[in-house]
Amino acid sequence: MFGYYLDLALRSLRRNKMLTALMVLAIALGIGASMTTLTVLHVLSGDPLPGKSGTLFYPQLDPQDMDGYEPGKEPPRQVTWIDGMNLLHAQRGDRQALMTGGAVPVQPTQSGMDPFYSDARYTTGDFFAMFQVPFLYGRGWSASDDEGKARVVVITRTLNDKLFAGKDSTGQTLRLSDTAFRIVGVLDSWRPNPHFYDVNMGNYAASEDVFVPLATARELRMDRNGSMDCWGSGGGDEEHLETATCVWLQFWVQLDSPAKAAAYKDYLVHYSQEQKSLGRFERPVNVRLPNLMEWLDINKVVPGDVRLQTWLALGFLLVCLVNTVGLMLAKFLRRAGELGVRRALGASKREVFMQLLVEAGVIGLAGGIGGLLLAFLGLWLVRRQPSDYASLAHLDVSMLLITFLLAVGASLLAGLLPAWRACQITPALQLKSQ
Amino acid sequence: MQIKPILSALRRHKAGTFLIAMQIALTLAIVCNALFIIQQRIAHLSERTGIDEPDIFVIECEWVGSPTSQQADARMLEDLRVLRQLSSVQDATPSNSYPLNGGGWDDGIKLKPDQLQDSSGTTVYLADDHFIDTLGLKLIAGRNFRPEEVARIDMRDRLAAPQVIVTKALADKLFPNGDAVGKTIYLAGNPTTILGEVELLQAQSIDRWAADFAYRSVIVPRRLAASLGGFYIVRARPGQLDAAMRAAPAALFEHNPRRVINEQDGVLSFAQVRARAYERDRGMAILMGVICVALLAITAAGIVGLTSFWVGQRRKQIGVRRALGATQRDILGYFMTENLLISLGGVLVGVLLAIAINLWLVTRFEMSRLSMAYVLVGVAILLLLGQGAVLAPALRASRVPPVEATRSV
Repeated sequence: MFGYYLDLALRSLRRNKMLTALMVLAIALGIGASMTTLTVLHVLSGDPLPGKSGTLFYPQLDPQDMDGYEPGKEPPRQVTWIDGMNLLHAQRGDRQALMTGGAVPVQPTQSGMDPFYSDARYTTGDFFAMFQVPFLYGRGWSASDDEGKARVVVITRTLNDKLFAGKDSTGQTLRLSDTAFRIVGVLDSWRPNPHFYDVNMGNYAASEDVFVPLATARELRMDRNGSMDCWGSGGGDEEHLETATCVWLQFWVQLDSPAKAAAYKDYLVHYSQEQKSLGRFERPVNVRLPNLMEWLDINKVVPGDVRLQTWLALGFLLVCLVNTVGLMLAKFLRRAGELGVRRALGASKREVFMQLLVEAGVIGLAGGIGGLLLAFLGLWLVRRQPSDYASLAHLDVSMLLITFLLAVGASLLAGLLPAWRACQITPALQLKSQ
Repeated sequence: MQIKPILSALRRHKAGTFLIAMQIALTLAIVCNALFIIQQRIAHLSERTGIDEPDIFVIECEWVGSPTSQQADARMLEDLRVLRQLSSVQDATPSNSYPLNGGGWDDGIKLKPDQLQDSSGTTVYLADDHFIDTLGLKLIAGRNFRPEEVARIDMRDRLAAPQVIVTKALADKLFPNGDAVGKTIYLAGNPTTILGEVELLQAQSIDRWAADFAYRSVIVPRRLAASLGGFYIVRARPGQLDAAMRAAPAALFEHNPRRVINEQDGVLSFAQVRARAYERDRGMAILMGVICVALLAITAAGIVGLTSFWVGQRRKQIGVRRALGATQRDILGYFMTENLLISLGGVLVGVLLAIAINLWLVTRFEMSRLSMAYVLVGVAILLLLGQGAVLAPALRASRVPPVEATRSV
């Protein structure tokens, strides 16, 4: 029966080409616009570490003085050196890392290569294991390297390709800021999206090329990048950052179970109380412990414009669907005579209904294919935009499936009302008026 | 034109009428808000920087070999001498940033040293005595820096200059009486005297977070000599921008090759700076525009489609009316009025919907309230669109001959 309905549908669609084209085009435009924006949103709001992000937490403390205090206000989004080091050494989490961003001059020893600046991350050793960073060669550094301010460095595959033509460079020397570093590891390709561990450095920026122990970077006074907020007498004076009343470091902790997370929050409260009794903290205890995805939400990592565009596109799709419902209604009711004959010849309401739905489905499928092409075009346009997430805008398999489900589902939905109305026709009345 | 028969006819097409009205309502709601967003973005990107943009370009120079601040300063002074000697260059100045750069140094200003809250935020421009002339700023009170007042500063040094020049916007905010020159303010915690006032100088960021102090800039007589490098803002002689943009980097490299000037964006004319800064806003405005046009087109096509169907369905009735003495104009008027009634219904719902959507956007996207002018423009556009779309099918209807009444099919 389905084949017969399909044949009927195609015949009917061919009979009024303009109307068919209009319906297909409307659905295609709506689907194309929606899929383009949904794909961008999907890419941007994705989980950077699937399966792991639930166990990663970003503790927030409030070490500020009473100036400008408002109860219930969010604590600073970074930590001071003192708090960071205290939390790090307390070892209360399964893993923890303290870090900040920077830029280092890389001075290649290879002839014919000029020095250049690379983005760097100054971090403690758990960074790699905690964020599941893949290694191509070697490994990260140990806690004793952190303590000993070891001159060790981990570089990315990109930098390794550039400097060592992709060969295993572990054990070799790399000069950074006029200091010789030993390469201990080379990362495999790694680009977490968003750049979650430090959202000050561009939400969708590529990861840094050079990783150096935090204490080493501080000892060598390597250039620091990122945001810094100070209060009281704290200035952004690079020489005394360790004691300054400034927050400028990111602290991440891995807590493998909800019980541990609750215990860690208690620990943070306890820690704040202790600091308050010591006179370091002045404000009432105000701690938070968002996990990774909550942290991204708090930072509004997904640009507002992208959300706005998505809503706009969905509104557009809605108008296109209402339009299609109207046109289908007109089309189906116009065929009252033909449908009346089918009913009089014994077709049940159900069968007529199915026939019309098949026709709606065909339109949906055609609209879906058109929408997919438009989505490819739309994403190509997005990729040509200057934003830092542009290169990420690609359609993946799940979005491809969603496109088709959305297109066919939407047009079936649009076909429901017209089909139902059309099969309410009383056959006798239609035949009589002929 | 009698409205009652039209209404009773519409009652027989409830679903179709409702769908067209819905479509018009939704389209109106979206188009109003989209137009409003377009206008906001365009207003944003036509904000003035206060500088003489056509002749200005910016060079970003990075030093090779991590020079000390003293060495970097010496290299910088040499560079400025080289730049100012070029025949196509009128003047040049070093700076830590420039308007529309996007990032830079923002700080707080206090009127008293023990004040808790800042009196205003501000963008800090580090500059020498050529800054005002190079950028073409208008000095409206006080005087410019003297060469001996400009000193070197490193990234890590505290900002403690005895004198600064402020913008009028900042002066008016701090000293509403208009007597800012000569007064002492506290910039980054250190006292400094206002030496002069310039008319207009935009902050380096146009983002929302900097909107509070968009034009409240302070110019500090300090050369930022950092081992990383910095910016040179160069003003070409009138009409010689292209020549100067080619000559300047070449002359700098010839003088001292130990530097990096990025090939892609190391040298940018101010037109390029502007285009970069507003790329997103422009993109959003264009996208909104395209969606508006597509929406209106689809709605118009929908109206044409549905009305054509109704005309086809009512050929016999039209014939009867014509046979009973209705003129072609009457038939035309009938369909036009019918569409107007449906459109009015849709527009009414649409206005409410537009306001509701706007209120929702205000809470979610930090937008301002929709002005009624946009709603009125949207209403006018949709009513005209409806009338325009219905014209073709209505004309076809008016040409139905009276003899149609006698035909059985």
